[in-house]
Amino acid sequence: MANLTLVQAINLALVQEMEKDDRVLILGEDVGLNGGVFRVTDGLFKRFGEDRVVDTPLAESGIIGTSIGLAMAGLRPVPEIQFEGFLGPAYDQICSHAARMRTRTRGAFTVPLTIRVPVGGGIHAPELHSDSPEAIYAHQPGLKVVMPASPYDAKGLLISAIRDPDPVIFFEPKRIYRAFREEVPEDEYTVPIGKARTVCEGDDLTIVSWGASVVQCMQAIERSGRSIELIDMRTIYPFDMEAVEESVKKTGRCVIVHEAPKTCGFGAEIAARIMEDCFLHLEAPVQRVAGFDTIMPYYKLENDYLPDADRIEKAIEEIGAY
Amino acid sequence: MPITKVLEAQIDHVSILDEHGNFDESLGKDLIPDEDLIKLYGHMVICRLLDEVAFKLQRSGRMGTYPQNMGQEAPSLGASYALEQTDWMVTCYRENCGLFWRGLPMEKILQHWMGDERGNDIPRELHATPIAVPIGTQMLHATGLAWAAKYREEKRVACTFFGDGATSEGDFHEAMNFAANLDIPVIFFCQNNQWAISVPGRIQCSAPTVAQRGMAYGMDCLRCDGNDLFAVVHCMKQAIASGRDNNRPTFIEAVTYRLGDHTTADDARRYRDADEVELWKARDPISRIKNYMKSRKIWDDTQQAKLDEEADEAVSSAVRRAEGIEAPSKEDIFNWMFAELPESLALQRDTMRTSSIGQDPSQIEAVESSAQA
Repeated sequence: MANLTLVQAINLALVQEMEKDDRVLILGEDVGLNGGVFRVTDGLFKRFGEDRVVDTPLAESGIIGTSIGLAMAGLRPVPEIQFEGFLGPAYDQICSHAARMRTRTRGAFTVPLTIRVPVGGGIHAPELHSDSPEAIYAHQPGLKVVMPASPYDAKGLLISAIRDPDPVIFFEPKRIYRAFREEVPEDEYTVPIGKARTVCEGDDLTIVSWGASVVQCMQAIERSGRSIELIDMRTIYPFDMEAVEESVKKTGRCVIVHEAPKTCGFGAEIAARIMEDCFLHLEAPVQRVAGFDTIMPYYKLENDYLPDADRIEKAIEEIGAY
Repeated sequence: MPITKVLEAQIDHVSILDEHGNFDESLGKDLIPDEDLIKLYGHMVICRLLDEVAFKLQRSGRMGTYPQNMGQEAPSLGASYALEQTDWMVTCYRENCGLFWRGLPMEKILQHWMGDERGNDIPRELHATPIAVPIGTQMLHATGLAWAAKYREEKRVACTFFGDGATSEGDFHEAMNFAANLDIPVIFFCQNNQWAISVPGRIQCSAPTVAQRGMAYGMDCLRCDGNDLFAVVHCMKQAIASGRDNNRPTFIEAVTYRLGDHTTADDARRYRDADEVELWKARDPISRIKNYMKSRKIWDDTQQAKLDEEADEAVSSAVRRAEGIEAPSKEDIFNWMFAELPESLALQRDTMRTSSIGQDPSQIEAVESSAQA
């Protein structure tokens, strides 16, 4: 078994799924010859050829719209949008068509589409290369939204996404693309969409997070020395409320951590559900450590924006003392 | 040489059977066999009647907003006639005649506008996509569908329909660009009916032709009198060959006219001259074919009377079937959201509630019993 980075795990998932299922094809800007600007699709063009790994024109709506057509015809396209900041032009195709086609046609046409998108800040990138729009797409009925935080989960979730008969947005936290390695089985396995993972167990407090923030949460937990249970959601929609409920009923205290802006971030949904499902078990109000309700700043101020281990630790202390 | 010409362009306009009955033998001969012409004419008559009845259904409260297809029967019909059943038709909403020709039951269209998604449940063997409401977005789907056919090495083209208004939308240009640069066999069929609701064509495209849009992408551009069934078929044959033989896309501009309002919610008298409408009534595609057939002695009043009876019956039974469908169940709001419904959504469906206590009233008992404890 090899120790792989997130990038390598995703690459492996793509290779294996493309070998297994010739309906799978990759398309996007720079994904072919260049292997992707993050090299996630490195080697695939050589291995599978220009008909299956396609360099498209520079047009996000075009990439997603044609992918919808490919999927309606029964293929399994895996388009890449180069950065989450460029999902904007594709928003209409995603929300007006991909999300609706099955219910619009009562199942006559479906869209088994997986959109891969690097997400999140912390890599000193230019504008619109560091955002976190997962809540926007979680709010659109008809879409599944996933965001793995580890190489093992990335491979398993991507394969689940590609095999899913419905549209999935697969967010890849770019800050941890190469930050660490872990054991990723060569053998075929899947991670189910809609199931969270308990990163570490604890009794006094539940932290709920996803994406690269999971790393900052682990750092904060270590520094605090407290008994804290960390849940990595892995799937934003449909999300694993059962795992959150079980944990919060045990600990009575919850901190939700996400990079995306606080207001209407997905933490708001989880907090509302905790209130509904765990009301009598709560010892303190649910806290959210999130991005500020501002535009993501240019990178000089990036680290002041992103929820870091300090801010998370403060929230742990405050809720612990409540 | 400091300045050399790198491009010279020409676009031809095709007219075979014009509004005065002139028929070009060299282009038109053998293009549409007589027995087909009779069927096509009959079909247009039925479609026109359905359109008129649909208008009345809306006005009498039996159907919601409806976009009349009146006057635009020939473009989609000529296209549908030229295409194979296995080619894709990716329409917007003024292509009823072409869709019905390839077998879409008329009641499906009525059901769509009667607020019922089952109108979009189109059998796969028809190779037709559902009505596309967001303007200019469906051409990308057509490009993907044709791309999939090419990927699978099938000789299948996709013909996508849209109006002059849609050629202003970004997605239209992205679709043209993809198809041209990646060699995808799409026929971009523009029904230039000269109005996008109340906005005239020159605001969408101020160039001398809409056809020349295709030039920017390096694809063949054809232009024809859209109310001339023969001219439409002529252009389609060329485009289809280009697609099947060389995977090349083609742009066709069919010049036609929207005789009715944009939809039943519109009143075109607010922004159009009555004179203009009269001018185009004289160019009606249906009477044109009728007069041509009569002049060739292949159609007479007896046949017309019989056809009118058939049309009446066909349309009435379509309305009966459309209205006769059983009411949808409220669970249908949920049942087609995903292949497998997530638990949280299934709970919403089973309780028709979103509030947590509404979904699980036993919570109240739990509180009461814990209060008593």
